[in-house]
Parts: sequence; structure tokens; C-alpha cells
Amino acid sequence: MSSLRLINIDKSFGKTAVLKNINLEVEEGEFVVFVGPSGCGKSTMLRIIAGLEDATSGTIEIADQVVNDVPPAKRGIGMVFQSYALFPHLNVRDNLALGLKQSKEDKQLIDERVKESSRILHLDPYLERFPAQLSGGQRQRVAIGRAIARHPKLFLFDEPLSNLDAALRMSTRVEIANLHRQIDTTMIYVTHDQIEAMTLADRIVVLRDGVVEQVGTPMELYNNPVNQFVAGFLGLPSMNFLPAEQIGSKQGATAGIRPEHLVFGESGPIDATVVYVEQLGGDTNVIVKLAAGAELTARLFGQHKYSVGDKVKVAVDEDNIYLFDADGKRIR
Amino acid sequence: MQKVRRSPFNLFAVHAILITYTAIALFPVVVILINSFKSRKAIFRDPLGLPDAESFSLVGYSTVFEQGDFFGYFQNSMIVTVGSLFFILLFGAMAAFALAEYRFRGNTLLGLYLALGIMIPIRIGTVAILELMVATGLVNTLTALILVYTAQGLPLAVFILTEFMRQVSDDLKNAGRVEGLSEYVIFFRLVLPIVRPALATVAVFNMITIWNDLWFPLILSPSEETKTLTLGSQVFIGQFVTDWNAVLSALSMAILPVLVLYVLFSRQLIRGITAGAVK
Ligand SMILES: Nc1ncnc2c1ncn2[C@@H]1O[C@H](COP(=O)(O)OP(=O)(O)OP(=O)(O)O)[C@@H](O)[C@H]1O
Ligand SMILES: [Mg+2]
Repeated sequence: MSSLRLINIDKSFGKTAVLKNINLEVEEGEFVVFVGPSGCGKSTMLRIIAGLEDATSGTIEIADQVVNDVPPAKRGIGMVFQSYALFPHLNVRDNLALGLKQSKEDKQLIDERVKESSRILHLDPYLERFPAQLSGGQRQRVAIGRAIARHPKLFLFDEPLSNLDAALRMSTRVEIANLHRQIDTTMIYVTHDQIEAMTLADRIVVLRDGVVEQVGTPMELYNNPVNQFVAGFLGLPSMNFLPAEQIGSKQGATAGIRPEHLVFGESGPIDATVVYVEQLGGDTNVIVKLAAGAELTARLFGQHKYSVGDKVKVAVDEDNIYLFDADGKRIR
Repeated sequence: MQKVRRSPFNLFAVHAILITYTAIALFPVVVILINSFKSRKAIFRDPLGLPDAESFSLVGYSTVFEQGDFFGYFQNSMIVTVGSLFFILLFGAMAAFALAEYRFRGNTLLGLYLALGIMIPIRIGTVAILELMVATGLVNTLTALILVYTAQGLPLAVFILTEFMRQVSDDLKNAGRVEGLSEYVIFFRLVLPIVRPALATVAVFNMITIWNDLWFPLILSPSEETKTLTLGSQVFIGQFVTDWNAVLSALSMAILPVLVLYVLFSRQLIRGITAGAVK
């Protein structure tokens, strides 16, 4: 059974097309992450799935039912927003219960569900507090709890972690991963943070300018990007691109090399000069300038003593070179 | 947290300017107040002097209470002001919500049309309004005044509130929709409380204009039963053109209710005015 199916979705605001012919099928229990640069239409996609926005054309199916004309509250979805969006006039308990009360569930069930959400997200100490009396991390947990309480068939997350600081982001990310393991419901998650995408996703959907560039598991996308955009989007530091002829390739217009695939040594076919060094402790990022002109970032494991101006010889395994044609399409 | 440090000179200058302004603004009010408690002779002999044992007199107040139906006027003013404010805020907020929240054909045009009234004074239409009221039999009713003031206040209210409603987080409204709240609940329970400062601002601006208006009460409902306080006090001037005691006493009492309402709204008002500035 498919949990979500998008068929030929188009969306335009006035004359500007924001989403172009999106097709996607999500299996039950899958964790799918939408990534892409700012403004590429991720949030719009999510709002269309939620029913907060109408698609200009196309069909949306949730749990094999066409839901194009079903209002958001009846689609069986739970949604978590970037700005938490808790109801300021209700305490945490009532925030968790509101959706169920609106759909006229009986009191006992509501109590159970509130208890359950509160247990899963460790909200017991805060149940009587109002949103204004909670920290950012606690508010986001309440928002997630509110989505859980209704036992949705589909969870939608719109950049839920981007208002949190780095440490909290990490721990909440782990919490979301655990949550998915516990309740095993389909989750659609929007982010522009590639670490969130890589760590959480079963499958990643890369969007650019309203077009799906590639869909696949994180490692598929990392190892086999279909084009230069996907190759450059995933990976940190991002892939090096340089004119193909500078590394002696006859094919392709652009060559791509991941920073970790550059090897420095006594012997190597390419001469280069160190122009910048970043010591990160565990890793060392070295930026070198090739004799031919291109600058490459290399990621070396461990600590290395290079300094600016050092001459080095760089080698790359032939198999680790990606080649793209003039339009950015991958040819090898 | 450390306080922003200011030079003593700046502090002094700011306070000097503010105090001067306050004094200038309050001067006429104070003169009216003190003279309303003085005998007629004392008013003319020493207009700026405080009432003392000899010059103290409540004759003005007693005249006001005896000659006109002061409480009746007062009640009329109250009904008209509160009624108009209620409708201005209700309809203004509803229109603003629709303009800010829903995308529909002609949205911008409708917004402009509604805002047009800011620039065109409603008094231009007085004759037409009077004809309309005569035709509908609303002359000499408070309803006529409430309708006119609502129409007069709506354009600015819609304009200001639309801006504020645009700033209310979309996520919050969307969260409400996902949880199954109706648009009415979203409007009344989620959006209105957030724009409360803006509502208070609109309320205060309109309240003062309506309370002080002489034009429409004089034209649309000058009958004894429907006179507002301002119109009533004006009549004192006509009747007792030499009796300043009554005029000053009536004015003093007319200030009070606006003052009370203002104090009630003022905290919200200041937040409304500064909301854009500190965000
Ligand atoms: N109501 C609207 N009217 C007109 N254009 C809109 C509207 N909402 C979004 N857009 C446009 O649609 C495009 C996609 O917006 P969207 O919010 O989906 O981007 P996003 O991928 O979520 O970006 P971000 O990562 O910054 O959140 C943007 O170019 C935006 O300007
Ligand atoms: Mg977004």
C-alpha cells in the first residue's frame, strides 16, 4: 500500500510556476526528506500535501484515497511547523488535545492520547504550562506531540529544527529518528540541512526550482548523483568542480571530485600549491590551487601539518572522478 | 542586563522637552477644570487662580444638572461611541482578515476601494446621508449616528488591521486548520488576540473623534432624547451664553469618560504604535 502518491502535480502563483510536474510515491512507514535550496518549493509541496494550498493541477492520494478536495483536518495528517505554531491561549495539555476535541473523540481516548504523546516526548512536567513559558526545544517537542496525538497516517515536518541552536538540533534530530522507529508512521520531512537529510532519510528527494532532480537513498544520491546539482548539493565540504581538461580528461565539460577522494603524496600526477588550511581536529581541510588554475578542497583524515605555500602532489583514483556534460548531466 | 547608558545632559533635555509639551497640552484642560469650580465673578477676576474658600462654587455643576438632561446626553454619547466602536472593530477586523488571508480575484482592488474612504471625508456626503436617513425613518435615532460613524471609521480600521493581520504567522493559522479549527475560530481565538494592540489603536483614534463630534448629532439627531453630550454642552453655550460656569462644568464632565476609556486602552495602544518599530 502506498502512503502518499503525487501524480503530475503543478503549482503556480499567478504566472510564476513554483512546482513543475512532480511525481512521487511514498511507501507506508517510509521516511522521505525533501531537500533543496531556499525558494525551490519545498514548503509549497508540503502545504499542498497538507491541503493548505490547492495544486494547480495533479492528483494527491493519501493511503490510496484521492484527497484533492478533502480539508486538511480530514486528511489524516499531523504537521509540525518551523515556528512551532502552538496555540498561545491554551496550555500544553489542551494544545495536545485540541485536534482530538475538534474531531469529537470521547474524553477517555483524548486522555489516553495526551498521556501517550506526553510520555513519548517527555512532556509530563510541562502539561499545565502555556507555550510562552517553554523554551524553544520544549515548544518544538510539544508541536511534535500535538501531531502524534491524533495518530495521523502521515507526518509532515517543515524545517522543524531550523529555529533551534546547534546542540538542541542534534538531540531533537535523534529524537525524531527514534520517534520514527517507535511509531513507524510515514514521515515527510522538509529541510535544507543536508546532514538532517542524510541521517534521517530512507529516501531523499532533491528539488531545484520546482523540479525533482533525483530521488533515492542517501548513499545512492551521494555515490551516484544524476547531475552536477545533486552532486554539489550533498556532501560537506561540497564536491569540487573543475574544467575536465585540467585533469587530462578527454570526455565531458566538467569534472567533479569529492574532497575526501583527493590524495596527497610524494608522487602524483597533479602539481598544486596549498592556499588555505582549516584544522578541524578530526579532519583537515586543505585548499590547493592547481598549476592549471582550478582550486580544489581536499579533506584529509586526522591532523596534517601543511602550511600556505607548500608544494604538494595530488592524486585521484580514476574511479572517483565524476564527469558532467555542458548541461550538468552526469556522463560518468 | 545592562541599561543603555545616556549622558545626563541628554536625559535632562529629553525630560525638559517632554515636560514642556505636557504642560502646554494640559494647560487648557487645567484652566477649564479649576474655573469650573469657581464662582462667575472669580472666573473673570482671576482666570488662572485656584478656587479658594471665597471663590469656590459648584453653581456651574448644579446648573448643568438642572437645566439639561445631562445623564441622558451622557448615556446617548456612551451608546453611540461604544456601539460604533464595536461595529468598526468587528467589521473592520473581519474585512481585514479576508483581505490579508484569502487570495481571490480583485483582492487588491477591493482593498484599495475600502481604503479610499480614508481620503474622502464622509461629511461631503452629509446631504445624501440626511436624505437617506429621512427616507429610512432613522432621523433622530441613535442608530443613524452609529451607522454613520461605523462607515466613517471602517476605511482606516480596515487599512491598519490588514497590515497587522498580514504579520500574524501563517504557521499558526495553518496549524489551526490542520487541527480542524474553523475559520471563525481561527479568526476569533488565534488572530484577534494577537492583533489586540492594533485593535486598541483603532479604537482610541475612533473613540475620540466620535465622542467629540458635533456635526452629525446636530444634523441627524438633534432631538432632545437623542442629543449627545457634545451637542448638549453646545446647547448650554447657546442658552447660557454668559453663564460660563455651566459650560466649563459640562466640558469638565465630558472629559472624564474619554479619559477612563483611554486609560483602559492606553497600554495596548502604545504597543500598537511601537509594534512595527521594535520588531
Ligand atoms: N503565496 C505566494 N504567492 C506567490 N509566490 C509564492 C507564495 N508562496 C510561495 N511563493 C513562491 O514560491 C517559491 C517556493 O516557495 P517555498 O516557500 O515553497 O520555498 P521553500 O523551498 O520552502 O524555501 P525555504 O527553504 O526558504 O523555506 C518561492 O519562490 C516563493 O517566492
Ligand atoms: Mg520553506
